[in-house]
Amino acid sequence: MSTSVVLITGALSGIGRAAALAFAREDYRVVVSGRRDDAGEALVRELRALGADAEYVRADVREEEDVRRLVDRTVERFGRLDVAVNSAGSEGQPGPVLEQTTESIAQTFDANLVGTVLALKHELRVMREQGRGSIVNLSSTMGHKAAGGASIYTASKHAVEGLTKSAALEAAAFGVRVNAVAPGPTETAMLNRFAGSAERKAALLAGVPLKRAGTPDEIANAIVFLASDKASYVTGQVLSVDGGKSAT
Amino acid sequence: MSDLSGKTALVTGASRGIGRASALALAKAGARVTVHYGRGAAEAESAVAEIRNAGGRADMVAADLAAPDGAHILAKRVRGLVGDRLDILVANAGMGKSATIEDTTVEDFDRLFAVNVRAPFFLVQQLLPILGSGSSVILLSSLAARATVGTIAAYAATKGAVDTLVKHFASALGPRGIRVNAVAPGVIATDMSSFTKTEDGQRYTLGMQALQRIGQPDDLAPAVAFLASDDARWINGDTLRVDGGSKL
Repeated sequence: MSTSVVLITGALSGIGRAAALAFAREDYRVVVSGRRDDAGEALVRELRALGADAEYVRADVREEEDVRRLVDRTVERFGRLDVAVNSAGSEGQPGPVLEQTTESIAQTFDANLVGTVLALKHELRVMREQGRGSIVNLSSTMGHKAAGGASIYTASKHAVEGLTKSAALEAAAFGVRVNAVAPGPTETAMLNRFAGSAERKAALLAGVPLKRAGTPDEIANAIVFLASDKASYVTGQVLSVDGGKSAT
Repeated sequence: MSDLSGKTALVTGASRGIGRASALALAKAGARVTVHYGRGAAEAESAVAEIRNAGGRADMVAADLAAPDGAHILAKRVRGLVGDRLDILVANAGMGKSATIEDTTVEDFDRLFAVNVRAPFFLVQQLLPILGSGSSVILLSSLAARATVGTIAAYAATKGAVDTLVKHFASALGPRGIRVNAVAPGVIATDMSSFTKTEDGQRYTLGMQALQRIGQPDDLAPAVAFLASDDARWINGDTLRVDGGSKL
């Protein structure tokens, strides 16, 4: 596995960033993507310091030309694409359905659904030719549970789970697996923005059986597992990595 | 990944099939494994020998898990073997029975629930004194718990019960740092599966799967080893489906 190539969208912070570091430690060659060049180049330096062959490619996953270029650049640089992690996403604008606008709905769905579909499309384009590959999408506990005040985010993550399962059915025909991980509350900047206050964050975590937030590293471990050949019989699945949140 | 050095494990029904493959995988990752068997003493002995020949540590223990006090007796024997700490419990032992609704007898129904539901429940209960923070419990669910496969309604109901136990155990034991999850195999080529033994059965199996091959015990073992390990320390209350993408 020492020459395997992984592409990660939304790699510059939180879970995507932890995944990039985890794959680097597993001797993957890593392409990281995002929208902030300085953060991207800094992450590449960090990955190289771990001994990984790494490259940053700027891409906005909502723009198909960006995504096409990202995937093509990966193959150009490293010759193949073994694993893709589609972690680019947005918490959108939390708030009741009554306050949602065409713009706020589109903003969340463009980032979480359209971006994931476009990434999948171009990753599968390359993987179909190879006849192998493994893709991990990012869902959320809210991909299969409800959350008042986060209806649009919830809907977009439900969509990601449906997309994951359907894409798995299509991609199995050419030897590619498609799965998702569904994190619960995870110690990231997104969680702090999402919770809004320390009190609301504490209330959120009280509902987790393991009684704390997850760490990005813990989500990354599950992503690495699903991506690897250890999960070679797992496809179309959503692995909850949430300290038991979904079970409650 | 999935280093289990220094950990103690119990795998029930480890003389054959998925249990055996799981016991070997846990031992290979460094765990000291107690191989439980019901009737197959010779097969259990061969599993233990295989582990020891590879440089691993293993013991074997017998118990009839269909008996009302079977789990209690097994727990007592295991505590005698491993002392005051069990890190990993794989409650794999189970039985299957294919029968139409009309042909299902009360005896078969009760025996299925005794082995597949009662035994894991009381095994967890009786082992709780030696399970602690960081311990991982893995139950065996099935594709049949969520989809219609063959004429196995009573068996399927036992596995539905297992999925329910996972959620309640995970929520109740999470605050103590004990994780509880399940793996849900699809059709796997074991002695227990009637599907894989005929051409019709194989055609039926492949017809409901995304991946076009029949699953093997060794497809399950890495998932069990992963859930058992600290790499999965944030995964709690989930049923990981290892079924080649069945009935998506």
